[in-house]
Amino acid sequence: MNSLILTTATRLIVAILLLFSMFMLLRGHNEPGGGFIGGLIGATGFVMYAIACGTSEARAALRVRPQQIAAAGLGVAALAGLSSGLLGDPIFTGEWLMIGASGDSKGLALSTVLLFDIGVYLVVMGGILTLVFALEEEI
Amino acid sequence: MTPDSFLSMCLTAGFALIMLSLILAFVRLAKGPSFSDRVVALDMMSVSIVAFCALYAVKTGVGSFLDIASVVALIGFLATVALARFAERGLHRDRTITYDKGTQPPGSRAAPAPEGEAKT
Repeated sequence: MNSLILTTATRLIVAILLLFSMFMLLRGHNEPGGGFIGGLIGATGFVMYAIACGTSEARAALRVRPQQIAAAGLGVAALAGLSSGLLGDPIFTGEWLMIGASGDSKGLALSTVLLFDIGVYLVVMGGILTLVFALEEEI
Repeated sequence: MTPDSFLSMCLTAGFALIMLSLILAFVRLAKGPSFSDRVVALDMMSVSIVAFCALYAVKTGVGSFLDIASVVALIGFLATVALARFAERGLHRDRTITYDKGTQPPGSRAAPAPEGEAKT
């Protein structure tokens, strides 16, 4: 679709969408959000780019194939789930690492739940992009 | 009249007007003689839903509704663009737009349709 207006607006909107998807991913544990909706919003950014500039441009911007993103996400999620088994808990237990916790402050709370959510993000993004690119190239 | 009662009165009026605009857009979506009428009606409905989310955030004081509003606005833009491209390719079976299929390959820019101003 050769539209100058769309191509110019897409540059701005793709950046906003990718930033918003990161925001949605990272706030997910305590407020509405999470890996699934974050991955959907991030995939929407690349779909937008594919519509405005063509599928080959979007594949070049993504640098790796969407199938590889989905597979890597599945690996990250499985690793996060199994890591608690190595520590002696039942697998898929959330393991928390509180950096700088003191008194009533929890400090920087890192967890395997966040790692699992990042895996979900990558799986959703890779899956949706695989579907959309295949549909785009089919027509 | 206290500020609180004035705010709640304004919110009620705002909700009523948004409902009215949703109903009118839905009528156009259902009746709409051409495909582009329906696309514009759908876009107007998504904008009304964004306004509804913002008003509801004011009413309840929950900021998360504003995030929903921004997601709906971004996805609504994508939907409008995708539908506009769908219309441009001439794949829909709408009898009000007739393309000259003998001279144009299906992927190229379509012949000027009767409602040319609806191009996005």
